[in-house]
Amino acid sequence: MSSPNSDERVLTYAQAIAEAIQQEMARDPDVFVMGQGVDDAKGMYGTTLGLHEEFGADRNFDVPLAEDAMTGIGIGAALAGLRPIQVHQRMDFLLLCMNQLVNMAAKQSYMFSGAHAVPLVVRAVIGRSWGQGAQHSQAFHSYFMHVPGLKVVAPTTPHDVKGCLIAAIRDNNPVVFVEHRMLYGFKGIVPEEAYEVPFGQARRLTAGSDVTIVAISHMVVEALRAGHLLAERGIGAEVIDPVSLAPLDIATIAASVRRTRRLLVVDNGWLSCGASAEIVSQVVERLQGESTFRVKRLGYLATPCPTTRPLEQIFYPTSRSIALAAHELVHGAGAPTWTIAQDDPREIVEFKGPF
Amino acid sequence: MLNPDFETTVTSVYRTMYLIRRVEQEIIRLYPTDKIKSPVHLSIGQEAVAAAVCAHLTVRDVVFATYRGHAAYLAKGGDLNAMMAELYGKAGGCARGKGGSMHLVDASVGMVGTSAIVASAIPQAVGYAFAKKVRKRPGIVVNFFGEGATDEGAFHESMNFAALKALPILFVCENNSYAIYSRVEDRLAGPGLCARAEAYGIPARRIEGGGVLDLLDAAAEAIGAIRVGSGPRFLECETYRWHDHVGPGDDRQYRTGCEAELDSWIATDQVAALAERLDRTIGEAARRAVEQAVEIALAAAIDFAEDSPYPPEQEIFDHVFAQ
Repeated sequence: MSSPNSDERVLTYAQAIAEAIQQEMARDPDVFVMGQGVDDAKGMYGTTLGLHEEFGADRNFDVPLAEDAMTGIGIGAALAGLRPIQVHQRMDFLLLCMNQLVNMAAKQSYMFSGAHAVPLVVRAVIGRSWGQGAQHSQAFHSYFMHVPGLKVVAPTTPHDVKGCLIAAIRDNNPVVFVEHRMLYGFKGIVPEEAYEVPFGQARRLTAGSDVTIVAISHMVVEALRAGHLLAERGIGAEVIDPVSLAPLDIATIAASVRRTRRLLVVDNGWLSCGASAEIVSQVVERLQGESTFRVKRLGYLATPCPTTRPLEQIFYPTSRSIALAAHELVHGAGAPTWTIAQDDPREIVEFKGPF
Repeated sequence: MLNPDFETTVTSVYRTMYLIRRVEQEIIRLYPTDKIKSPVHLSIGQEAVAAAVCAHLTVRDVVFATYRGHAAYLAKGGDLNAMMAELYGKAGGCARGKGGSMHLVDASVGMVGTSAIVASAIPQAVGYAFAKKVRKRPGIVVNFFGEGATDEGAFHESMNFAALKALPILFVCENNSYAIYSRVEDRLAGPGLCARAEAYGIPARRIEGGGVLDLLDAAAEAIGAIRVGSGPRFLECETYRWHDHVGPGDDRQYRTGCEAELDSWIATDQVAALAERLDRTIGEAARRAVEQAVEIALAAAIDFAEDSPYPPEQEIFDHVFAQ
């Protein structure tokens, strides 16, 4: 039921996820949650708390430490008409699911010419900060973007995470649902009623005429901070959140680049063969011969993620590095130097784990 | 004293085995024409396992199988015309040519599908059984796989979950002793395949010798137990493939010491053995009538495949995503 002022109701990102799941489970008895720890006292950062009490132990249950088979078991349940939501506390563990996701889930509809559908949601949480290290911080969205038959979404705001999750649950295809741990505490206006945020539609978060900044997942937050810094220098940044990576709304991005003639893609991941490479390539294919523009990419440094704080800080793009890169795109490498103090983001500093 | 119900079942099993044998013999005959432009993993010699197990199934029961899946598809009642056209890559195929021999499907009869990645359909079968159990739907799941699949981690993870949740699933391990040319003894530690299932608390039984009546009996017992809710069962069915791992060739030269082994299995051919039994029970004429009906259906299926058009080019983009 929607309260009179529900359009002004504020939830955190984690609360928005929880609400999406609870509402869909109440609506559709075929929806269920499975994953390591989903029914424990912490309930996956609060996103699955109480679901087994409300809907029964068959609809929110802990699973053995067996990512490979548990993914296949989810696919099998989906083939039987259920709508599983699988949860992984860290995306790194999705590598153990690759065979089932790529060889099986992505192929069932095509290989059998529409005889089957796999309505499966795979929630994957990207870790960062407070010592996550090389194996608890990886973002593999580009791996899945590569595969026809999979959808990949990485919503950034509480509003979008709720709407995307509901859309993912209702989608008849496997959806890799990317959540960044650092976004969980962010607050935003979230309508109380169930709604879908459709895939394949990028969101223009700020308007600007000087540079287009496409940022993915948590990097959207850093790009918005960079936008404030750039505004102080009189540079108008148009920050675009693709929200959905496969399908990818390249038309919205290209239209912005056509106007700004400068494109900076900031990925929450590595550059090589990554989402940033894909976005730049597709923009070039669309605009070459029609428009000239400059391009730059930022992302994880080409190293595994170091654990110690001083090194980890330089591993990720920051509002500062984003602002400097955009500044250089606008003014060229010969522009006057711009000194920006490093500002540690609140969500990074405040995060104390334990996980 | 004959049990008429049992003899009806045996006749039906013979029809299935004869069908599988003849379909694959026709594939071998057609293969040099290269009308089937894709790999085929033949079940000749292994017909009895699928035929005996599926004899106890209804349309509410579902089957998951492997790339060596012609036998399971046909035994579950998969459409013959659609299978032949699928092998030909034609639009009349069960997957409109997008699947081929290794990816057969007939959802209308509960043949959910076959997969070319060893062991990968095992967890799916378990997941399907989970859905049946929690939504209280009738029927059970049967999952066919080779002994090579028990090497894979997915097999063990799946056994554990099936047992943990007491799911209505029969695991049928077709132990033909070879993973391509690699012998099971060279890959298997521990006391045997049944022990692998028993380690998870799943009752297991090994049926030696490949006798179709033994298989019928074992499958009946296991499926009966699953139907009354006693959880998963595992059958290790000793069997033997007469042809190469892939393709219609004779691979005696590649399989160390298989000469005598293969000859002994051919000597106890279950299609021939069952034919002799039928001659004693329903009589030779009735047995020949069963075969004749299969021959007519098979000839029609080949004609259907020959006459079916190839899918039009625009179909390449169909079904990447489900609607």
